[in-house]
This record gives sequence, structure tokens and C-alpha cells, in this order.
Amino acid sequence: MNIAVLLKQTFDTEAKIEIAGGAINKKGVGLIINPYDEYAVEEALKLKEKNGGEVTIISAGADTPDAMRQALAMGADKAISVEDPALAGGDEYTTAVVLAKAVSTIPYDLVLAGWREGSAQVAVRVAEELGLPHINVVTKLDIDGGKATATRDIEGGNEIVEVPVPAVITAQKGLNEPRYPSMKGIMQAKKKPIQKLSLGDLGLSADQVAAKVKVQSYFLPSAKAAGKIIGGEAPQAAAELARLLREEANAI
Amino acid sequence: MTINFDLTEELQDIRKVARDFAVKEIQPTVDEDDKAHRFRRDLVQKMADLGFFGCVIPEEYGGNEMGWLAATIIAEEISRVHASLRLPFNMNPNGPGCTILRYGTEEQKIKYLPGLVDGSLLGMFAITEPDSGSDVGSMRTKAIKDGDSYIVNGNKMWISNATVCDMGLLYAYTDPAKKIKGMTAFVIDMNTPGITIEPITDKLGTWGAPVGSITFENCRIPASALLGQEGQGFKICMEQLNDTRLGCQAGGLGLAQACLDAALKYANERQQFGVPIGKFQMVTDMIAQMATEVDAARFLVYRAAFLKDRGRPCTMETSMGKYYVGEVVNKCADYAMKIYGSYGYSEEYPVARYYRDAKSYQIVEGTSNIQKLIIGETMLGYRKRI
Repeated sequence: MNIAVLLKQTFDTEAKIEIAGGAINKKGVGLIINPYDEYAVEEALKLKEKNGGEVTIISAGADTPDAMRQALAMGADKAISVEDPALAGGDEYTTAVVLAKAVSTIPYDLVLAGWREGSAQVAVRVAEELGLPHINVVTKLDIDGGKATATRDIEGGNEIVEVPVPAVITAQKGLNEPRYPSMKGIMQAKKKPIQKLSLGDLGLSADQVAAKVKVQSYFLPSAKAAGKIIGGEAPQAAAELARLLREEANAI
Repeated sequence: MTINFDLTEELQDIRKVARDFAVKEIQPTVDEDDKAHRFRRDLVQKMADLGFFGCVIPEEYGGNEMGWLAATIIAEEISRVHASLRLPFNMNPNGPGCTILRYGTEEQKIKYLPGLVDGSLLGMFAITEPDSGSDVGSMRTKAIKDGDSYIVNGNKMWISNATVCDMGLLYAYTDPAKKIKGMTAFVIDMNTPGITIEPITDKLGTWGAPVGSITFENCRIPASALLGQEGQGFKICMEQLNDTRLGCQAGGLGLAQACLDAALKYANERQQFGVPIGKFQMVTDMIAQMATEVDAARFLVYRAAFLKDRGRPCTMETSMGKYYVGEVVNKCADYAMKIYGSYGYSEEYPVARYYRDAKSYQIVEGTSNIQKLIIGETMLGYRKRI
């Protein structure tokens, strides 16, 4: 079973986000493998251990060397990195078109990704581009007899969805416990091939992947206001709460 | 080659794995484990599974040959979260592992090295005795040849891993009349009849690392346990200490970093007189000293590892690292305690543990005074550079 895993790097979850000159300040911010992508890599490796085949890591944009090395050190077989200056101003559409093309260059039975990748849009868009079924936010996955059976969290319970493979599956926390790269894995990762492709190599032009969305401005969420404690006896406090919810918060 | 302060990508990846492992696997229960004086064999096994004990052992014996700098960085990051868990690096690959690699027969290498790397064996080394510490030559344990075996009698004290180990290095006199030329090294199995082990539970720090005394009473070990030649023991011991001294200072370095990490966090958080206490110059000063000295210590430790990786003389440089780290980690623990004030004195924060654990770095693997002797005598030309 050959599996493509879509991978990106993201800001360290503990990084402090700053906006400078109308853009997010990336200087000095540590980048890590997108945590949800890490579940996707782990799931791919488990499926490979069970069924054989190859795991290929695929990413778009040149921003992922550390994440890619980590995935290879965990046990993925090879990587494809699409790097092109035309990708710089891209959006989720751009990324999805490029990734779908890159996936098409290899034989695959399954495409895995983290569910949060690119505003939670990219993996679904890749499925659309490839004409594949997809299941999102998956916490349990079984592949058997040409079918993928996935459990996904929904409000108040679980939903079990079955689709034929190939399919695109996005990973949610809980799907598995990602392994640490071993010393041996880190050493072997150095020797594993990373294929670098340009847009031209994929038969795409800059126009075909031009962004559909333009960012107008960035702003930080406003600071959380301090909470209010309503004192006094319960009946009066409840009445006061109801009044505030109606008159100040406009919530009821 | 020009000086390059950047670690290779490989070493950066190794640091990341060690750090992630320490934070995710060790951190959640570290205070609980330490207070319970609990030795986490399962965590030692997980470290072995990731290849953490294979850096200084060749591939043919199960290692990964990543080298001393890699081993140093891993032990540093583990110790940064729990100093007690840096001990297994010395008890497995650095001490018994490297010594068997240097002096062992092929049979001994095959018997012990893969197990020391994969964690199926836990090791120790037995040098110190109740009346023999810095003066290693004054040890009294004897191993007297008797036909095809040796009969061992004596007491070893302060032996890390004593209560949990499967095998280890033993230093004893085969010919006491020859003084240190009569000392011999052995590699022994701990299930040999005539060995009694007593735990030492009352100690200042490193509560998560078991230590004990080992008594040999007419303990018969086979001639095949001989490591190197009879009479080579003192030399073998000094070489072993040069290796374990590096593992030890890596641990001290990680602990010093932990003190700095904690101090920075608290100096920014804690408010007094309406501002974070980091804004007060006397606190700023302590942070500046800690940060500078931790960095300086790191450069000394990494240089010792660098020289060892290249097989160059490094005894003095290793002693410099050990001496300096021992002093810096104690200063950092002291300053962290001052910055935390009464919260540092309480068990609510990890600083009290850091303070307890720091002290051993001025004592074990050669005291700070012994390190200074080695450095001073080498500089003055009284001691050969090796």
C-alpha cells in the first residue's frame, strides 16, 4: 500500500504571534511539524508496517526542511518538495492544486494529512482536485478490502464513515501516538531521497495556481476582558445575571 | 577548519528528539518519581529503544556511532528535566560499554555490549570504597587468583545502579604488593554467588537514581571476567573516568540550564513593587551571570566531546568541563533559589530538587579538587597530556 502524506511546517504552538508592517512577523519564530500532520505520518507508517508499500511525504513551498527530515527520520521512505518562487503569494487553492499534481506523480492508494492543514481546507481541496472521496477529522482508521472505514468525532458522539480507496483522510488528535524518531532513523533520513520539483516540472504555470484569495489585513484577537463575579444571595445574583446577559451581553 | 558554533542538522535533530522525549515522557511525573525515590526502569528502556545508549558504541555491537557530542547533547537534555535519569548513560554505554570496547575480548564484547545499548542489561562500575574515594589506589578489595578463577573479597560503596544492575566493572587488587601496578579490572555478572547489595537511601539528592554498597565475600569469578591484563586496572580505571566524567558533566550542564530556564520564567512572572522582579537590577545581574556561565560551561563540555570524538588528548579538557560545570550548576541552583525566594524553598516548584541534585556534580567522577589537580598539574608540566 503506497501512501502520500501531505506535510507542512507551522509556528511552534508556544510561539508569540506578532504583527509588524501589516504582516505576521516570522523572525525568530520556531517552526515545527504541524502537529496534526504528525498523526498523519504516524498512521501512514503503521499502515506501511502492516501492509507494506511506501510512504511519500509531499509538501509545497520551501519552508519545510525540518518537518520533512523529521518525517523521514520517523520512517517515511522519500519526500517530494515543490519549490517555486510563484508559490510565495499563494493561498489554499494554490497549495491544493500543487499538492494534487505532486501526488499524481507517484502511485498511491491513500492520501493522509492533518485536518488543520491550510485553514482546514487544503486536504479537502486536494481530494476535489484528484476526484477522490475524503473523510475529515478522523480518530480511528481501518483499511481493508479496498475500503477505508473511519471514525470521526461529531457533536455528542461518533460517526463511522466508509469510502472506497484511494481516498483522502485527515487526522485528528487521538488517531494515534506519534513515535519519536530514533537515532537510527535520524541517521537513515540523511540518505533518503528528497525530490525537488518546480511548477514547470508538474506541468503547471504561475497563472494556473494564482491565489483566489487576497489578504487585506491582519489583526490580533482582542485581549480577553476580565470576568465579572456577581455577589449576593443566589436568587438576586441569578436575576442580576439574567439582566446582564440580556442588557449588556445581548446574549438572551 | 574555522570555528563553527552551529550544530549539524543531525545533532539538532538529536537534541530535538531528546528534548521532546524528556518533556513528554519524563516531565509529567518527574516530581512524583523523585519524591518517591523511584527508579523508572521503563523510561530507561524507552531511551534505549530510541538508541540513546548507542552513540559511542559501534554498529556491529548494536550501537549507532553518532559519537560523544551526540551522547553529550542527549544526556544534557534528559538531565535538564530529571538529573537522576542522566545516570544510565554512564552506567551503560559510557562506563562499562566503552571500557569493554577498549579492553574486552571479542567474547566479552558480544556478551555485554548489545545488552548495554538495547537496555536489556543495566550496568555499574565499582571503584569507590568506604575508605577509598579520591585516593583510588588505596582501595582494599582483593581478587586473588585461585586456579581458573579469582576469589574476590571487599566492600564497594556509593555504587550507582548497585541495586538494579545486571553486570558491571569491578576494580580490585590482584597483587597488592605491587601497589597500583597490582590493580586489575574485571567485568562481572551480579548474580554471582558471594555478592551482597545494600541500598543507600538516605542521600541529599538524585533521588531517582539508585545507589548502594556492594560486598564481596569469597565471591568466585571466572578468569574469563578479567578485563585487559592483570595489573592494568589503574590505567583502565583512569581511562574509564575520563569517559564517565564527560557523561557526568553533560548532566550537570543540563541541570544548570534547567536552573536558568526556571529563573527566567519566574523573574518574568513574579511581581513585586508593581513590576516583574526581573526588572530589579540585582535579579537582572543574577540572570546575566547564570546565562553567561551556562554558555561558557556548554562550550567547555562540547569541546571535550569534540576532542574525544576525534580521538585527541582530552583528559585536561574533560577535567576543565567537569570542574567548571560542577561550580556553575551549584551557583545556578543557588541563584535560582534566591530568585524564587520562599517558593524555591518549598517543594511546590522544581528549584528545590535542582538545588539538591546540583551538589553531586562537585563530588562524583572525581571531586572539583581532583579536577583542579589534573588541570593544574598538566599545565605545570607535572602530568603528561593524554
